[in-house]
Order: sequence, then C-alpha cells, then structure tokens
Amino acid sequence: MRILVCVKRVPITGGKMVLAADGQALETKHLGFTISPHEECAVEEAVRIGGEVVVLALGPAEAEEQLRDQMAIGADRGILLRTNGEEWDAQSTAAAIVDALRAEEPFDLILFGNESADAAGFQVGIRVAHALGLPVVTGLKKIEVQEGRVRCERDVGGARDVYEAPLPAVLTVLEGLNLPRYPSVPGRLRAKSKPLAVVEPVRPEQRLEKLRLVVPEGQGKQAEILEGATQVVAVMQSLGVA
Amino acid sequence: MSTIVIGGGIVGNSLTGWLAELGVDDLIQIDKGPFPNPGGSTGHASNFIFPVDHSKEMTQLTLESMRQYRDAGTLHECGGIEVARTEERMEELRRRMASAKSWGIDGCRLVTPAEIRELVPYVNEEILLGGFYCPSVAVVDSLRFGTVMRERAQAKGAQILANTEVTAIDVEDGRVRRVRTTRGDFDADTVVIACGVWSPRLARMAGASIPLTPAVHQMIDVGPVPRFLTSKTAVDHPIVRDMDTNMYERQDGQGLEVGSYAHRPILHEPDDIPSIEEAALTPTELPFTQEDFELQLEHALELVPEILGDESVGIKYAINGLLSLTPDGLPILGETPEVKGLWSAAAVWVKEGPGVGKSVAEWMVHGEPEIDLQSSDVARFYPEQRTPEHVAARASEGFNKTYGIVHPAEQWESNRGVRVSPFHVRETELGAVFYEAAAWERPHWYASNALLVEEYGVKPRTHEWEARWWSPIINAEHLAMRERAAMFDLTAFCVFDVVGPNALDAVQQVAARQMNVPNGRVVYTPVLAPRGGFKSDLTIMRMEDDRFRVVTGGAHGMADMKWFRDHCPDGTRIEDHTSSVCTVGLWGPRARDILASVTGTDVSNEAFPFATWQELDNGVIASRISYVGDLGWELYTPMERGLELWDALWEAGRPHGVVPAGIGVYGTTGRLEKAYRAFGFELDQDYDVVEADMAWWKVKDEDFVGKAAHVAARERDPVATLCTLTMEGNERFPLGREPVVRADGSPITDAKGRRSYVTSAGMGPSLGKYLLMAYLPPDARDDLHVQYMERLYPVTVEVVGSRAPFDPDNERIRS
Amino acid sequence: MIVCFVEGDELSAQAVGFARALGPVRAVTFAGAYQPAAWAAALAAQEAEAIVAAGSDRGNELLAHVAAVLDQPFAANVVALDGDTVMRVRWGGSLLEEARLHGAPKLLTVAPHTQPAVETGEVEVLDAPDDGSPKALERVEESSGGVSLRDAKVVVSGGRGVGSAEGFGVIEELAGLLGGAVGCSRVVTSAGWRPHTDQVGQTGTKISADLYIACGISGATQHIAGAKGAKKILAINSDPEAPILASADYAVIGDLHEVVPAISAELRRVRG
Repeated sequence: MRILVCVKRVPITGGKMVLAADGQALETKHLGFTISPHEECAVEEAVRIGGEVVVLALGPAEAEEQLRDQMAIGADRGILLRTNGEEWDAQSTAAAIVDALRAEEPFDLILFGNESADAAGFQVGIRVAHALGLPVVTGLKKIEVQEGRVRCERDVGGARDVYEAPLPAVLTVLEGLNLPRYPSVPGRLRAKSKPLAVVEPVRPEQRLEKLRLVVPEGQGKQAEILEGATQVVAVMQSLGVA
Repeated sequence: MSTIVIGGGIVGNSLTGWLAELGVDDLIQIDKGPFPNPGGSTGHASNFIFPVDHSKEMTQLTLESMRQYRDAGTLHECGGIEVARTEERMEELRRRMASAKSWGIDGCRLVTPAEIRELVPYVNEEILLGGFYCPSVAVVDSLRFGTVMRERAQAKGAQILANTEVTAIDVEDGRVRRVRTTRGDFDADTVVIACGVWSPRLARMAGASIPLTPAVHQMIDVGPVPRFLTSKTAVDHPIVRDMDTNMYERQDGQGLEVGSYAHRPILHEPDDIPSIEEAALTPTELPFTQEDFELQLEHALELVPEILGDESVGIKYAINGLLSLTPDGLPILGETPEVKGLWSAAAVWVKEGPGVGKSVAEWMVHGEPEIDLQSSDVARFYPEQRTPEHVAARASEGFNKTYGIVHPAEQWESNRGVRVSPFHVRETELGAVFYEAAAWERPHWYASNALLVEEYGVKPRTHEWEARWWSPIINAEHLAMRERAAMFDLTAFCVFDVVGPNALDAVQQVAARQMNVPNGRVVYTPVLAPRGGFKSDLTIMRMEDDRFRVVTGGAHGMADMKWFRDHCPDGTRIEDHTSSVCTVGLWGPRARDILASVTGTDVSNEAFPFATWQELDNGVIASRISYVGDLGWELYTPMERGLELWDALWEAGRPHGVVPAGIGVYGTTGRLEKAYRAFGFELDQDYDVVEADMAWWKVKDEDFVGKAAHVAARERDPVATLCTLTMEGNERFPLGREPVVRADGSPITDAKGRRSYVTSAGMGPSLGKYLLMAYLPPDARDDLHVQYMERLYPVTVEVVGSRAPFDPDNERIRS
Repeated sequence: MIVCFVEGDELSAQAVGFARALGPVRAVTFAGAYQPAAWAAALAAQEAEAIVAAGSDRGNELLAHVAAVLDQPFAANVVALDGDTVMRVRWGGSLLEEARLHGAPKLLTVAPHTQPAVETGEVEVLDAPDDGSPKALERVEESSGGVSLRDAKVVVSGGRGVGSAEGFGVIEELAGLLGGAVGCSRVVTSAGWRPHTDQVGQTGTKISADLYIACGISGATQHIAGAKGAKKILAINSDPEAPILASADYAVIGDLHEVVPAISAELRRVRG
C-alpha cells in the first residue's frame, strides 16, 4: 500500500481568539501549532494500515515541524508545498496538491481530514478526488482495507452508513476513527532524518478571497452565579429537565 | 493599613502563611489567576529538591523549606543521584561531598556505576563514571503546600483574593500607599511582589525594579512506562540529574519527566507573557520548540534507553515552561531600595520557596531574617546591573550553568567593561587580567609582573582546578609589595557620604564603634544586624561635623547604602560618590617615599598617623589605613583627575620599584596574612563580633543596631572562634567552603549547631604557608583536617582569633 | 433562480429561508440511496444563480462535489451574503471570515442555527442516475446503551478538572438521575479517560440539549464549538475566570467533586 495523508498546520488555540493587528489571521506569537484533529486520526490510520505513508502539507516553511511530527508517529517521508505564509483557499490548495502528485507514483489511498480546524471549507479532499478521477467517501469513523477495495462507515445520527470504494480512493476522516498515538523518542529521532521534499507552488488568484477575520460578538455572557445545589436544582426544574 | 502580598505561587503562599503566623493583621493576598494554580511557574514546576548547593545561603533556605514541606505532609523522600559522565564531573561531585558536609547534609555518598544501576534500575550505567547520591532528595507537592499556607493565613483572618489583577501600585513620598486592582483599591503601607516571572512588571508600576527575566526551561513527560505501571508511589526510584548534559530524569507516576537546562537560552519579556485566556495551557506553559530539544532527546536516550527507547512510550506533554532568571542566579529578596514598604520576593524556586517565605516574613516583621539573605538582597544591584542588556546577557550566560561546574572565582564573559576606572587604559597597557566587581573592571593581576615570578621563585600550581582563575603572578606581586610598594585600583569601592544635621546620630546608629571622633579620623567598624551578627564591615571617615564618608566593598555597597539610608532621620541624606571618585591604594615600605614625591603635604608618621585622613595639597584625599597590612594610603580623587594621579604615582614610584598589583593580593594574600576578615566569607549574620575576635574596641554608650545582642555576646565565652590555620606541603590548595573535620573525617559542630568550614583560603607568600580561616569550637584545635576532593589534609591551628600571622604587632602599618 | 438542496429537516428549512432572501428558490432533493457524486452531478447541471444547501454533513459534501465538478469556489457555513461578499464560520464558530465569493453560480451552505427556518414549500425530486461512485450501501444501527449525546435533553460533561477516568463516577451518576448523556472535552478523550463518542466539541459531537452541564471544563474554543447548540449552559468550575463562563448562563464556583455529588443528593431529596 502507498498512502498519502494531507495535513494542515493550525495553531493550538486557548480560551480566547485574538486576531493579529491586520485582522488577516490569528495572533499566534503565544500559540503552538499542530495539525487538525481529524488529520491526526488520518495519519494514525495510515500508519496502522501500513505500507509507505507520505504526509503532505501546504503551508509556510515552519509546517516542516508538523510534517516531522507525523514522521515521528510513523510516516515515512514528507512533501511540503511551501508558501510565504499567506492563506490559500480550498480550490487553490486542492489544485496545488494535484499538481504535486504528478511527480509521484500513484497512491492507493489518499486521506484527508473531513475539514480543517481553522478554515473548515469541507472540500479539499473532494476536489482532489475529482481532479484525479478517484472515488471519494467522506466523514469516516471506520476504514477497512480489503483486497483492492475499501469498506468504510460514516455516522448518521445514531446509526452508520456503510460505503465501499475501489482502490485507489480518496477518503476523508473524522476524529474518533482511532486514538492517535503519541510520538516515541526513537520515533522523534528517526523523524529528523526522514526525507522531506519541498515544492514551491505559485499562489493563483483566490476565488474565495479572504477579506478579514472577525471575532463574533456576544461571546461574553454574564453567567448567573448559583450558590449551592438547591439553587441548581431549582434552575433545572424551571428548565423542565429535573 | 494593609499588608498586601501580590502573587499566589509557592513564594506568595508561603509568605502569606508566615506573615499571618507572625501576627501581621489586615493581611491581603492577591493573584490574578485562580487557586490552587494561578498559572505561574509553580504550577508546572518539577517539584524535586536536591538540598546540596555550594552556597550556604541557598542550602539553608532549601533545608528550611524541606522542613516545612515535611511538616505539612507534602514531602516524599525518594533520594537523588547526580551522575557523572566525565572525570571533570567526578571532581565536582567530590566537591559536592565537601559542601554537603560543610552545610550539614549527612548521608550523602559517592556511588559507583553499579550502585547507580541498583538504585535506579532503568539507567544505563555503562556511560557513567559514578554519582553523588543524596538520600534526602525529595519531591514535594508545592500546590498542596501553598493551599495549606493560604488556609493557615485565612484561619488567622487574612483575606485571599483570586482572579484579581493588580492594575497600579501608588507611591507617595517614596512610600507605597495603595494597590489598585480589578476588584477595587486597597490602601497599604507594605506590599510584597511575589509574582515570579511577572515581578518586573509589577515593580515598574511602583517605579522600582526587580531585575529578572522570564526564561524557558524545556520539559517533556513520556509514558506510560511499563515498569512504572505497578508503582506504589509517584516516585519509586531516586531522581537522576544527568549533570554533564544539563538534564534530569524523574519518575512521575506512570510517566517519566525529562527536563533540560541545556538548550539555548530563550528569554521572554514579562509584558509579553500571554494572558490566562489567551494561553492554550497556562501563561507560563508555552508551546514547546522541538528544535531546541533534539540533542537533549539523544542524551536522555543514552541514559535511560530502557524507557525512552521503548516505542510504546509516547511523549505526552512537552512545554517551554517559564521560570525566572537573574543576573547572578540568586533570588531577589527584601525591601526595594527605590520605594519604602515595597518588597520583592522573586526569582525563587520551589526548593527554597517556603524558606524564603519564612525569611522574608521575619525580615519584614522583625527587621532581620533568621537565615542571612545578604546574597539575595534586592538592594545589591547597581543601576548598571539592572539594565535590560545586563539582565538578558547574564541570564543567558548563567542559564547553561544551572548544572554547570562553576569555579568559585569564575568570571562572567558577557556584558563586561561596563564600569571602568580612569586607570583602565594604563592597566590594559600593563596586561591587566580583569575580574569584575559590582560591574567594575578590576585588575586581578598584571601580565607585566610575570618576570617577578621567577625573581621571587613562585611555584605554579599543578592541579588545573586550583590553577584555574589564578596566577603565580599574584604571589609575586604580593612579595614585591611587601619589599617595595604596590599600586592598587580600588575604584570599585562604594563611596557615599551621610550628610546633614543629624548625620552623627545616623552613623552612630549603624556603626557599632564610636563615631563621635574628631574630624580627620578614619574608623573601621562592624555594622551589626539586630541580633548581633554582621550586616557589614566598612570604614567611615569623619569629613566634617555633619558629614561622614562611608567606604565599603563594591559587592555589598548598594545594600550598605540602603541600610544607612534606612537609618537616616529627616534632614539627613545620603550622597553617593561612587561614580565621581576613583581610588588608588598605595602600600608597601616605600609608599611614604612615593607619596611624598607627589605632594608637598607632610606625610610623615607624626604628621599623618595611622587611621587618619587628610586632603593633600594636590586635592587628593588620602586615608591612612590598610587591608593588606603594609604602610600606605587609600588615595581618592575625582574621576577626571584619576589618570593624572595614577601617572604621577607611577612615575614617582619607578625609582622605588613600585609594581601594579591586583585584587588577588588585596582580597586574598595580603589580607589573609594579616588575618583580616572579609564580609560574606568570615563575616555574616551567623557569627558575632566576639566569635570573629573583633571585639577589641570598647562598647560605646550610645545606642546602635545590635547593641544588646553584642553586649550579651561579650559577656559569654564564644562557642566558636575564628582561627587561622595552615596547611602543610603546599601541594594542594583548597579554595574555600571545605569542611574542617576530625581525623576520622567526622564533622565539627559547635554548640549552636554550626559546622566548621573553610571561610577563606589562600597563600601567605611572605609566610610561605597556605592559610585557611575557619570558625572552630574550643574543643577542636588539634588533629584537624580539611576534607578536600574526598581526601583529608592535615591542618594546624596557627592562630586562635584575629592576631595576624604576618607582622603580628602591626609594625609595618604603623611605621 | 436559486437552487436549494433540502432533506426535509430543520437545517434544510433554515437553508431555504436563507436562499429566499437571494431570490426565487427551487427546493430540490433526491430519492434513493445517498450517492454524493451522482447527486452533485445532477445539482451541478441545474441552471442557477446560486446553489445552496444546509451546512450539514451532506450539504457540505454535496456542494463540495458540485464545486469540484464546476471548478467554482464554494463557501461553507455562511451566515450572511451581501452581493458577492460572504460572512462564513471558521473554527467551529469561534471566528468569522469575511470573504469575496468570485464564482458563478454561487455555491454555498448555510451555517446551522444562524437563520430562521421557513416553510420549504414544494420540493422537486431530481433524478440522479447511478454513476458507479460510492454510495450508502446499508445502514448499521449503533448498539447504543443509553441516550445519544447528540439528541440528549441534558448532557453532563467533564473536563480536565475531573482528574481521572474514575472521577467520572460523579458525572455518570448525575447524568443518570437526569436521564441525560455523559459528555467530555477533548483533553479527556486524549487522556483515554472516555471514548471519543463522548466528546463534545468542534471535532466531536455538536449537541442540542436543553441543558448542558460543563464540569471542570475550562472552555477552549474547540469545546465551545460543540456545546453552544445547547439552550442553556451551566458551568461548574473552581476557577471563576475560566473561559467557559463567558459562554455559560449559570455557574457554580467550586470543586466539581463536591458540587456534583451535592446536586445529585439534592435531586434525590426533592424527588423524595
């Protein structure tokens, strides 16, 4: 099996969103970075399925950290589509990934998170699938690779819909698919010397053109302070839940 | 009026508890975060305590802290080993053994690699040469302890305010008056800043400064570790400090915590720490920077391959934790010199937090802590040592010394050359090797005197450690001084005047000796702490009826200046002359001849007797005293005329064979031959004037700080007396702080529980003997040894008390 | 004409409401097994100024397919549209993005619970021939032991403050008394104290309870994103400055290990 997992570098946010002065991004000077939670599960799943696992990110040079993190988990090599730090919309991101894959032998599986934690466009995986002419199934909580096929499941309310697709295929997954492992020290050390290819794609005209970010109003509620269990139960009764 | 403690980390909590205990009413503790973990450095501390340190002060604070943690049921003794990968480190561990014995920490021993493996079965002992095992090493629950202290304070009526941010500190007439917060304003006459990494910001609100910088300490937690799954306690095995790689490995439940002081120094600005809401974890747990930890991972893997090499053991938590670093690596405690009533209790680690809390509380309430905090005094910093450049440079340089092998004479490399005397250009021409004192550059010896080494037949030292930061030229300069004369650059002295109608009252209060002397007299006097120990020792010149000039050592000068200012009544003030006056010391048998040829003033013994000062006809103020035991003067002149004075003395001295001499002579060889005591070595708050055998003056009628205790000390036999010892052979040269022991190696403890140790050590070149000083109880005068590098060297008590081994009748200085 | 894909649910009705503000709406749907690529191809073939759907799992998926087929931009989870400027949801609702949508037709989904629902009216069933692309083959019912997190009327949730897997005993007890479900924050699932199915948050379950009780949860944005669908939020936290309080209607300041059992006891008492 050859598996590609596409990941995105995103900040680890705290309790409060603070925008950078230009309103174009989060203020990240105090924040660490990770990849989107769904993608952590995608990488974990790829490593469990086995074979050659390649991780790909489109992002600034610093996104190498996130690729190395994934190599520490068990990915074999990385591809960084290096940007100057400007955000790319989903359409151009998908196009850049498709371009980069022309230089690669075909993959049996291409995994994405269902949506990124920050931009949440819900579309890059689907766009890549269309461009490559591959079947795509999204929102997965279970993946079983069988001979030449993949059988997978997706939550629908209290039930699960079952899908099948022939390989190669594109799958997008959700957190809960598995419990991702932490990197081990040997994994960390191995990751340092794993190969990383860097490509510098050209950012096209943005067709979903970000103008600015806004912190929504009305987050600062004034909670009513309850003293003791009696008051709590009284509130529950007034809400009709007690 | 309230007493307000700002900060709810280990220090603020301990301090609040102790202030309440000592009866402080109307006590308020404030933190901007929630309890028990408001988000400062205490919250992510690794909470282990290695008690042994080369500093007596830090060890005493740590031992006191451990006692408190134990009493509160928040201490778990697990033992600890400092392991050595190199022979150089083994030497250091042998010196650790000496410090352990000097400061009274028993049970420590050096262990072999096999023994280390037995104690800590997951360690790879093959890369180790040995270790220093301390069974009393412990882990503590600093958050739980803080809660105990807060509850103790609350039970006594203290008000505890969480989630309350200080927005301003009001100061009026140089006194703190009010603390403004997000929950209202509080009038206060005493405010303590115990805010860890945020302390500089709080101090600035009041116009004061606390020169520390937040810096990163990297830490990871890995797990679950298979062999820990059945652990009964949080730490089943001794904590390992991998000294040579600046790292530690400790069990933490089912995980192993690996921390590092090896990475590049990563400093932060206090204003740049995220708020509680912005932070992903807490404000002092910043995102881990993996690239700074790569080498450390490899080092840790070498030491504990069984755990870290296990693919199933994951890195679960990794942070860049913020802690506080200071320019000299020591805490910042005491009342700020800028604002009366505003105190600092900052740059304190979990290991000394409770001890600091108690000590600062005592200082605030009783005017003096039980443990001498002279090295940690916030007043110690000169303006040059408070600059952001200095703090950043020294904190960066000091960070990697956290587990370093630091020579007692080791010099800082960064931010040097900040204060230079007018003679600096000549000194440089003469090949001076500069050491730093109070940010001043001072020659320690001169390469130009290298030829004297042969002339006087001075032998080199054969052991690298003892030869490090030392030169045989020092001894040669000493001998040239004793034979001819030497010039010293003493510009680093702190010089200030007490001026005003009540100046005499002020200096009488501070100085133990009689200061109501005729104008023109110079008095060397102890300055006592309330309980009779040494606060300082210095000289005071009576300049005019209402003007006294204090000359004191650079290192402690700022604290002395604050102490005098604190005792100045209204209308009397302090004038600081430190940066306007430079000083040349001229001593030796030919000193008078030299001085006479640069001045028309009569400098004969009759016209200019010992312990007096005069203004010479060339405007130079000459003070006839000596710290090296030879005829001569301290010569003070304005900075802009300093070079002129130096050149004149130099020219006049050449026919007499004058040499430039460094602080190696002034601070060590010269004074030791004369049994002169040094503050911070022989003299501290732990010993009194009688024990130092310096009570050769009559107690004055006037009151002075520490008088009652001093009088009481004179009325009893001292339980220990400062002695000068000699060490035979001149082969090995201990450098100080080593324990003085009996023939069987057992420590010597006096009736007050104080261990005997070498307070100072150095050559007496004129005597041809290596001299040591130590306080010894009356029953320990014979068959004594010094424990040095884990061997016992016999020593002989040369003098009990302060009589000088060289020129005991002081003929030279009085000639 | 605005084409709006509907599924006959609340979110679809909200999407129709949004679409009507843009122009005349054709509400469309499909019959048979869900086959996203095939349905999207049919949608893409419609003449429309805009193609709209709810920001649901299927809505977002279908529009992404449509966007891929037409090679047009697609804005997911839009809360407002003004000319070609959209305001859309990021970070699970913790942040909004103003963006220019340059495509035609306009492709967008409507962020859930940001618009009033309207009467959908007539719904046209479009034909979508099976193109062999993946489709829902069968439905497996979850063997759920209790109330589902998504639909529970009360959710009692625990965070880092619970301290351990065992610590959830008090949470389970209260949830049981209220006939509710147990939830947790992401920290808890990462620590392995609870399964991911219990996780409330941006990457977990988004709840719609009448009352959400957050115990020892600091309130990271990732968590709030999943909890804000609740009508009322009660926070139990020892830290009165915890970010969760800015999203809570009620709060009890105190240690959850004392407060929660006290509430359970009080509930038992009032019920006799």
